[in-house]
Amino acid sequence: MKKYLALLLALVMVFSFAACGNNGEDKTADFKAGFIFLHDENSTYDLNFLNAAKEACEALGVEYVIKVNIPESEACYDAAAELVDDGCTYIFADSFGHEPYMLQAAKEFPEVEFCHATGTQAHTAGVPNYHNAFANIYEGRFLGGVAAGLKLNEMIAAGEFTAEEAKVGYIGAFPYAEVISGMTSFFLGVRYACPSATMDVTFTNSWYDPTLEQEGAVKLINNGCKLISLHADSMGAPTECQNKGVPFVFYNGSAMDACPDTYIVASYINWAPYMTYSMQAAMNGETIAADWNGTLENGGVALKELNENVAAEGTKAKLEEVKAALLNGSIKVFDTSTFTVNGQTLTSYMADVDDMGDFVPETEAISGGYFHESEYRSAPYFDMFIDGITNLDA
Amino acid sequence: MNKNREPLFHISKRGDMPWYFGWGVRAASILLALLVCGIISSLVTSENPIQIYGTIFDGSFGSVRKFMVLLQNIAMLLCIALALTPAFKMRFWNIGGEGQALAGALAAAACMILMKDLPNIVVIPCMFITSILAGALWGAIPAVFKAKFGTNETLFTLMMNYVAIQLVAYFSVVWENPKGSGSIGVINPLTKIGWFPDPSGIKTAIGDFLANGWIADLPFSQALENLFIKSEWLFDILCSKYTVNIVIVALVTVGMYIYLNYTKHGYEISVVGESERTARYIGIKVDRVILRTMLISGAICGLAGLLLVGGTNHTLNADIVAGRGFTAVMVSWLAKFNPIWMVLTSFLLVFLERGAGEIATDFSLNASYGDILTGIILFFIIGGEFFINYKLSLKKSSKKEEK
Repeated sequence: MKKYLALLLALVMVFSFAACGNNGEDKTADFKAGFIFLHDENSTYDLNFLNAAKEACEALGVEYVIKVNIPESEACYDAAAELVDDGCTYIFADSFGHEPYMLQAAKEFPEVEFCHATGTQAHTAGVPNYHNAFANIYEGRFLGGVAAGLKLNEMIAAGEFTAEEAKVGYIGAFPYAEVISGMTSFFLGVRYACPSATMDVTFTNSWYDPTLEQEGAVKLINNGCKLISLHADSMGAPTECQNKGVPFVFYNGSAMDACPDTYIVASYINWAPYMTYSMQAAMNGETIAADWNGTLENGGVALKELNENVAAEGTKAKLEEVKAALLNGSIKVFDTSTFTVNGQTLTSYMADVDDMGDFVPETEAISGGYFHESEYRSAPYFDMFIDGITNLDA
Repeated sequence: MNKNREPLFHISKRGDMPWYFGWGVRAASILLALLVCGIISSLVTSENPIQIYGTIFDGSFGSVRKFMVLLQNIAMLLCIALALTPAFKMRFWNIGGEGQALAGALAAAACMILMKDLPNIVVIPCMFITSILAGALWGAIPAVFKAKFGTNETLFTLMMNYVAIQLVAYFSVVWENPKGSGSIGVINPLTKIGWFPDPSGIKTAIGDFLANGWIADLPFSQALENLFIKSEWLFDILCSKYTVNIVIVALVTVGMYIYLNYTKHGYEISVVGESERTARYIGIKVDRVILRTMLISGAICGLAGLLLVGGTNHTLNADIVAGRGFTAVMVSWLAKFNPIWMVLTSFLLVFLERGAGEIATDFSLNASYGDILTGIILFFIIGGEFFINYKLSLKKSSKKEEK
């Protein structure tokens, strides 16, 4: 009797295994994605990635593991290797300083796809399973700048200050290409709508420091800035703007709930399209581009909700119009006829696109009357201070 | 009216207790801590507590790699705790381990960056010398002031931490790569100058040799190769990139145990710690002992900084010591300044930290949750120490008093 029972149980087990086993077509079943993030949801930068990762994985129906608060050190390599041990065949990291450790892991685990946001080395490293991604966020910043310029125009028309006093303030993290490119495109957007505008910039030398960012906002507002924008990851500056009643253009996420009286609009990189694309490619065994670029067109660059209570009238229509012009190429953000450097219009600029640690610029970035940002690699390389921008820390 | 109203309970020092009493209390407090953590975790995650303990265990022993990361973290924490111990035994409260280790790390990184064109055989010895000297200097400055002017060493060593952090932040900008990023990135990634030798190549070499070397022609080669494949995990442990660090710290541990317990210096340290006056009376030069001990303390912290830069991270930033300078204070105290017990206490702290991190990842909790668990566990362990040293006696009932 026992024997039969055992046999019966064994049969049941075999069938149940067969039932939940391979459906042949379903590649998502044995695919697992791992994500490595520098901070947790308290950082607006990481929150943007967290949301995108959840969105992309849930849409594809894949299993995923998220490791947060992974510093830019050997701990990043260890985290990646642990994810591989856990069965992940796709690993994503979100911080610039993770790059060397991701690259190290990619060399060690050639069967796993490694995708790194904001990095610069994939197109020269020659490691086939290592990939970079970034976005033409300068397009989004330009749109944010247009919204800011329209707001300035409205305040000038209301007699709050004169056109000559129209000055915006910008809080940057570090004075390097990614930040400089972003602040320049924002300023060019402001001037597109409000030609008399100027801009003051201050740097915190940290990606995430609520206190320093708040102090930066105080400094800019005291210095006469009528509107604030930023490239840093905390809610420090928005909180100060809300308290002082100064309008601001945000980055990474909406601040509609926290700052309903001053938040205008925010540009952000939507990482979900890239994550979806790269995970699908990894699942199907297709090649992932060494360098992927998010754009307005593929959804990688987008605007968060516009706060119509604060934005100037007609902002929405104007943004649609400028967006269409950016899409069809009739507006170039870095059109060399719209700005000067040291009083000169640029005709040539060599950029350090191949980041070999040598700081040797080797690529001509200006041709056809505009600076070709993010075309020769996804990470930005526009790193000049243009006329009209004053660096308060210099 | 009872004028001398007695408080609800008294706290009094315990007399001599048998050794097993202390260990019983310690074991009980760890068990209690795990119980409370289990209850809280299952309330938060609605998973069963056994699974949660399994996850904690997995964080350290889930794979060979996790085990090696555990050993590496123990080694680094232990190294700094060993450094602080002689100072603590002397009642010199050196809470500047963080800064002394950072000074060592800064010196090591400086050698790697400034001597990047020289061969490793020159650079690595230079890194050893300069980081040990830098750590020793960082430890000696407060000691000199204490010995000469009677300054408070606790505040002085604490403030030296911040000086070191700011120096590292400054040099992170001086040596930044890429420009403007404010961080150094991996130093010498291609030439690997200043990187400690990575023994993981040895494993590959042995495998290669067994498969393709002259030995492959011998009759028993297949058996050897099979044996090698089966024992691969052993080679993974012995030839890990962390092995060099772990071996160095193991040697320091044994050395420190001998130094404290079997040498004249060690004896002088304990006499100065017990009573400075006695030490003076029997002719010990107290100032000299303070200075010498802090030189050693700082030097070993400097060594820890060197291991972090040259051995594992190959970069420099202000977070590289990761608060170990402060955690090490607890490691040393919990082990009653005994280097061998410190292996256990540092294991306990690292094990909990890794386990807490694993829970946070597996159950998608914020990493702060790990800190909460570690806090609960430390609360119980330190509470346990209280009950080992003191006892509570409740108020005697008033009826008894009248008799």
